[in-house]
Amino acid sequence: MTEALSHMNPRMSQEAIPNTMEERRSYLAEGHSLKSWLTTTDHKRIAILYLLSITFFFACGGVAAALIRLELLTPAPDLLTNDGYNRAFSLHGIIMVWFFLIPSIPTVFGNFLLPLMIGAKDLAFPRLNLASWYIFMIGGLATLATVVLGGVDTGWTFYTPFSSTYSNGAVFMAITAVFISGFSSILTGINFIVTVHKLRCPGMTWGRLPLFVWAHYATAIIFVLATPVLTVTLVLVALERVVGIGIFDPKLGGDPLLFQHLFWFYSHPAVYIMVLPAMGVVSELITNAAHKQIFGYWFVAGSAIAIAVIGFMVWGHHMFVSGQSPYASAIFSFLSIVVAVPSAIKVYNWTATLHKGDIVIDGPLLYALGFIGLFTVGGLTGLMLTMLPIDVHVTDTYFVVAHFHFIMVGGSVSAFFGALHFWWPKITGRLYNDLWARISAMLIFLGFVATFGPQFVLGYEGMPRRYHIYPAVFQPLNVMSSVGALVLAVGYLFPVLYLLRSLRYGKPAGPNPWGATGLEWTTPSPPPKDNFETVPVVDKQAYCYPVGGRDEQSRPRTQKAKAGE
Amino acid sequence: MNEVRRLQPQFPTLARQRDADHFGMLIFLSTEVLIFGGIFAALFVLRAQHSAEYARSSTQMHYWLGGINTAVLLTSSAVVALMVEAVKAGAARLAKWLILGAIALGLAFVAIKFTEYALEYRDGVVPLLSPAHLHAGPDTLFMDLYFVATGLHALHVFGGLTLLGSLIWPFGRARRDTSAVFAGNAALYWHLVDVIWIFLYPTLYLAR
Amino acid sequence: MKAVRTILVAWVALLALLALTIAASFAPIGQVLPFVSYGIAIAKTAIVVWIFMEMRVRDGLQRIALATGFAWLAILLILVLADNLTRGWTP
Repeated sequence: MTEALSHMNPRMSQEAIPNTMEERRSYLAEGHSLKSWLTTTDHKRIAILYLLSITFFFACGGVAAALIRLELLTPAPDLLTNDGYNRAFSLHGIIMVWFFLIPSIPTVFGNFLLPLMIGAKDLAFPRLNLASWYIFMIGGLATLATVVLGGVDTGWTFYTPFSSTYSNGAVFMAITAVFISGFSSILTGINFIVTVHKLRCPGMTWGRLPLFVWAHYATAIIFVLATPVLTVTLVLVALERVVGIGIFDPKLGGDPLLFQHLFWFYSHPAVYIMVLPAMGVVSELITNAAHKQIFGYWFVAGSAIAIAVIGFMVWGHHMFVSGQSPYASAIFSFLSIVVAVPSAIKVYNWTATLHKGDIVIDGPLLYALGFIGLFTVGGLTGLMLTMLPIDVHVTDTYFVVAHFHFIMVGGSVSAFFGALHFWWPKITGRLYNDLWARISAMLIFLGFVATFGPQFVLGYEGMPRRYHIYPAVFQPLNVMSSVGALVLAVGYLFPVLYLLRSLRYGKPAGPNPWGATGLEWTTPSPPPKDNFETVPVVDKQAYCYPVGGRDEQSRPRTQKAKAGE
Repeated sequence: MNEVRRLQPQFPTLARQRDADHFGMLIFLSTEVLIFGGIFAALFVLRAQHSAEYARSSTQMHYWLGGINTAVLLTSSAVVALMVEAVKAGAARLAKWLILGAIALGLAFVAIKFTEYALEYRDGVVPLLSPAHLHAGPDTLFMDLYFVATGLHALHVFGGLTLLGSLIWPFGRARRDTSAVFAGNAALYWHLVDVIWIFLYPTLYLAR
Repeated sequence: MKAVRTILVAWVALLALLALTIAASFAPIGQVLPFVSYGIAIAKTAIVVWIFMEMRVRDGLQRIALATGFAWLAILLILVLADNLTRGWTP
C-alpha cells in the first residue's frame, strides 16, 4: 500500500489522509463543480444528493419533534398554543413521512446499490432518476413554504371535512408539497422495477438476487400502485378547499369516509414502503454479521412480495371507529392479521440465520438487532390493534403513536443507520471508528425505548394523541419520554460527527472491508463511474459465505467476463 | 438495425433497451389507471349513496354529444394504431399524415367537449359558475365530479396530443425508427386516454 | 396488409359496441343496466388493449404491467364498495 501514499508530501501531517488512488479514479472524482453534481445522471451521485436532502428534512422533522416533547414535559400548555401544537405535530408528521422516511432507504441506498448489486452500470432510466430528485426538492421547497406560511394544523392525515372546509392553516401549500413529492416516488418506482427486470448481469437470476434487491423491488411495486391514488385524492381535497366541490362534505351529501378510504389506500401501503427497504437492509446486515447463508431465502424474498400485495387490502384498519361498516371492518381486521404473517416469517428467518453463525458484533449488527427487537414489539402491538375490541379502546391514543414509532423509528431509522454504516466504506472509500458506532447504536436503542416505551402505557391508560394538555397523572411517563428523546437525539448526532470525520481521517477501506458477499463488494471503494471494469458474470447463490467461517477469506462471487464474449 | 436510436451504456443490447422503454411506459400507464380510479371510486360511492339523484343527473347529460365524442376518440385510436404500423413499415411520411389526422380528431374531441361545457353553462347546471338549475346536494356533487373527471381527462388529451405532435417536431426522427419505440409509447399513452373515456362515458352519461 | 385489416375490423367492432351501449341504456332492463354498460365497456377496452395496444404480440411481463393497474383498481373499488353497500345492514 505504500505506493498509494508515496505521492504524499512527507512534511504533511500524517493525521489527515489525502485521496487514495481509488478515490482519485472513482465516481467522486468525475468533476468537482456544483454543476457536475446538479446535472449528474450517475445513480451514485444522485444517491448522495438524496442523502443530503433527507438529512436536512430529518433535522427539520426532528426540530418539530423536539418542540412536541418539550411541550409535553408539563400537562399545561406552556410552550405552544393549541393551534401551535397542532401545527407542530402536523409538520412533524408530514416532513418525517414524505420527506424523510418514504425516500430514505430507497433513494439513498436503493439508488446507490441496486445497479451495483445486480452488476449493472446504472439504473434503467438515469435521466428520470435525476428528475425524481429535482421533483422531490421542489416538493421540499413547497414544504418549507408551508412552514413559512405558518404551517398546517390538520395532522399529516388531512382528514376531511376539517382539512377541506374548516382549517385555517396553509393546507393548500402542504397538499401541493405532498402532491409534488408523489411524482418523485412514482418515477423512482418505475426506474427500480424496470432495472431489476432488464439490467441484471449474466448469471444473475432472480434466485441469486440479494434480498435487498427483492425488498426494493417489492417497495417499487408499492410506489407505483399506491402513490397515484394519493395524488388524485389530494387534488380532490384541494378542489374541495379552494372551490368547495363538496364530495367530502356531509352537508352537501358528500362522504368524509370517501376521503379516508382513498387516503389510507395509499397510506397503509406507504408504511410498507417505509419498512420493506429496512427489512432488505437487515437481511444484508444479518447475513454478513453471521457470515452465513440466509435461512430460507425464498421465504424471505417471497414474504417481501406478499407484504407488498396483501398490504393493499388492509387499509380499513385505520377506520374501525370512523363509521365504516362493521362487516367491512371485520374483513379488514382479518386481512390485517394475515399480513402480519410474512413479517413474522422474516423475523424467524433472520434469527435462524444468526443461530450458529460466526458472529462479529459491530455497529451494523447492533443496528440490525435493534431493528429486529423494536420491529417485533411494534409488529406485535400492531397485531393487537387489528383486533377490533382492542382498537376501539386505544384508537387515537398514545398506544397507536408508540406502535408506529416502534416500527418507523425503532425499525426503519435503525436500519437506515445500519445501512449507512455498513455501506459507508463502499460509498466514501473510508472506514469509521467502530467503537463510536457501537456506542451510538446503544444510545439510540436505549433512548428510543425510553422515549416510546412509556407511550404504550400512556395510551393504554387513555392519554389521547395530538393533545398537549393532559391530566397531571400522565406527567411522569411523559417526562420519561421526553428525556428519552434527548438521549435519542444525542445518539443520532454522534454518527454525523464521526462519519464526517472519517472522510478525512478514516482508513482507506479497500473493496471489501467486511469480507461480505455481494457484487458491490467486488469493485473498488468508492466505485468507478461505470461501477465495474468488466461486466460481472455470476455463478453462485447470494450469501455464499464459506462454510468454514471467517478464517477463509470470502472469495468474490464473480469471475470477470472473458474478453471478447 | 438503424442508427436512429442510440444504445445507452447501461443496456447490453438495443432490443433490451426497447423492451425496457415499453415496459416502463406500461407501468406508467398503470399509474394513470389508478389516478383516474380514484375519481371513479368517488363516482361509484356517490352512486351507491344517492342512486336516484345520480340517475336523474345522468339522464340530463348530453349523451349524443358524449356518444359522438366517444366515436371520435375510438377513431383516433384506430388512426394512431395505423400510424404505428406505418412507422414499422418504414413509411415515415404516411405516419406523419396519420399523426396529423389523429391530432385533428383529438382537437375535435376537445372542441365538442367545450361545446358541451358551454351548453351546460347555458342550461345552468355548472356548479359555482352557473348553478341556476342545479339542485343542492348529490346533483351538485355529480356535476362537480363530471367536471373534475372530464377536465382531468381533457388535460390528458392535451398531453397525448403533445406527445403525438412531438413525433412531428422536434422528434421527427422517431418516425424513422422501424422498431417504433417512441411512436409506440406515444400510441400507448393515447390508447389509454381512450380507455379512460370508454369507462367515463357510461359512468357519467348512461346511468339511467 | 393483415395488420391494417385487423385494426379496421377492431374499429368497426368498437363503433358497434358504442351503438349497443347507447341503445342498451334506453332498454327496459332496470337493475341489470350497470352490468351491461360496464360489460360492454370492458369488451371495448379489451379490443383497444389487445389489438390497438398490441398486447397480443407483447411478452407476459408487459401484459402484467398494464393489467396490474386495473387489478389494483379492482381492489380499491371492491373494498370501498364493500363498506358503502353494507353500511346500512343491521345484524
